[in-house]
Amino acid sequence: MLRRYGPPALLLLAAAAAWQGVASLPSVDDLTLASPSEVVQALREDWSLLLDNAGVTLVEVLLGLAIALVGGVAGAVTMHLVRPLREAAYPLLVASQAIPIVVLAPLFVLAFDYGIGPKVAIVGLICFFPITVNVLDGLRSVEPSLLKLMRSLGASPLAILRKVELPASLPSFFSGLRVAASISVIGAVFGEWAGADDGLGRLVLLGNNQLQTPRVYAGVVILALMAVGLFALATLAERVALPWRRTEGAR
Amino acid sequence: MQTRLEAPATEPLSFEDTGVTVSGVARRFAAADRARGPVLALNDVSLSAHRGEVLGVLGPSGCGKSTLLELVAGLQEPDAGRVAVCGRASGAERLAACAYMPQRDLLLPWRDAIGNAALALECAGVRPRQARRRARPLFERFGLADFERSMPGELSGGMRQRVAFLRTLLAGRPALLLDEPFASLDSLTRAAMQEWLAGALATEPRTVLFVTHDVEEALFLADRVAVMSPRPGRVVAEIPVPLQRPRPRRETVTDPTFIELKEQALRALEC
Ligand SMILES: Nc1ncnc2c1ncn2[C@@H]1O[C@H](COP(=O)(O)OP(=O)(O)OP(=O)(O)O)[C@@H](O)[C@H]1O
Ligand SMILES: [Mg+2]
Repeated sequence: MLRRYGPPALLLLAAAAAWQGVASLPSVDDLTLASPSEVVQALREDWSLLLDNAGVTLVEVLLGLAIALVGGVAGAVTMHLVRPLREAAYPLLVASQAIPIVVLAPLFVLAFDYGIGPKVAIVGLICFFPITVNVLDGLRSVEPSLLKLMRSLGASPLAILRKVELPASLPSFFSGLRVAASISVIGAVFGEWAGADDGLGRLVLLGNNQLQTPRVYAGVVILALMAVGLFALATLAERVALPWRRTEGAR
Repeated sequence: MQTRLEAPATEPLSFEDTGVTVSGVARRFAAADRARGPVLALNDVSLSAHRGEVLGVLGPSGCGKSTLLELVAGLQEPDAGRVAVCGRASGAERLAACAYMPQRDLLLPWRDAIGNAALALECAGVRPRQARRRARPLFERFGLADFERSMPGELSGGMRQRVAFLRTLLAGRPALLLDEPFASLDSLTRAAMQEWLAGALATEPRTVLFVTHDVEEALFLADRVAVMSPRPGRVVAEIPVPLQRPRPRRETVTDPTFIELKEQALRALEC
């Protein structure tokens, strides 16, 4: 426990101390850099405001992730089973990653209106890619000789998918999910920046415009915690779902 | 009459009696490097194993032993010649008649030992629970009773190989095709596993094609050994092993007949 979380905690503390030191230099403007103590104060004073908005953002993130998860897995399985589709769609999928989400966000808001829709869509869009690509790689990672064995046992392609390929793809599915979880929050923030009534992203943008620097930092801290929390949840889910990976690693 | 039945190598076999027949088979592969021509892996291979016979296929690395097994198993088709199992020649029928055990154990790491063996039954449409129930007696009979719930990651190499073999047996096919089942084991475990397999085949007789590049292993386990040449693989010698199966190891390996056969096999491998 201490060995695992000790070093990052220490590094974080050291960074906070350095930050505090720099922020208290007389030459540093309070409006550009809020000190950690000011951020803690903002967290305390604006707690309920921050929490309400964090709740809104979290819902956007979770819905977007859920959609990406279902869509990504379904997409990967379909591409895996239908080879021409995979050959046609895979390059396009990769190319789609070159489109900057920042540019898409306002278009989505135009298309879907101000509500939760465009945010969920953007989160879903950026999370779809890592999940799809990882699941597809996982499905295709099964050794050819294992597939031969299954064929010789008389397994149908569907049985091979269910009994071998899907379980074999779970580790890479969880890698994809971890990546998706850590970038999902960014998607929601972009979505809110393009137009929203509430949410942490909007609060941060507003705080920036109104020169409430400590509140901006407090919002960022909560956004980061959210991403870390989702990442940790994905890791925990993997451990619960794949106990066999531990006995394998022990070999 | 009796003796003629026991020397089947020369017998013209009818399809009912014949386990596996391979005649005039060639197999070529496109080379990865386009500039060079196709690789001829097997050239005019003929061999047969009658029902209940253990045929050892002995050959140097790369001579096409695995290819030959996959051809028999119905996982590949020959470019020339004919392959039949129980008199059936089509790929689908061969697939249905053979249980194939690949070069590595290939156990699914997320299934426990009995779940892995039961996979063979599940693929045949048996419900998972029932499949496990039907696999259990075999675990007891073949010295795996305490390891039913172990995960593959917790099993030794020999144990994993046993589970893989039980999975092959549970497929319930008349012909077993074993591709170097013990190649990855250390020599002590390997000797123990050879005896274990000999015992298992004595209680569960099957037509067996058994691939190896270990001369002693082939002679210890097989009724007859087909020796293959380096690529392109051909059968260069057939050596009947006139010893009763299963064979007690110590007496067998020191038996003058055995030593003579070994000489013969090594000579065949050299040319
Ligand atoms: N799918 C394939 N594509 C191209 N070449 C192949 C293919 N399968 C086998 N070969 C070639 O055919 C030859 C025989 O291969 P095979 O695996 O059957 O040999 P083997 O006797 O089983 O060797 P080992 O003892 O190393 O397992 C090799 O030269 C190999 O490179
Ligand atoms: Mg081989």
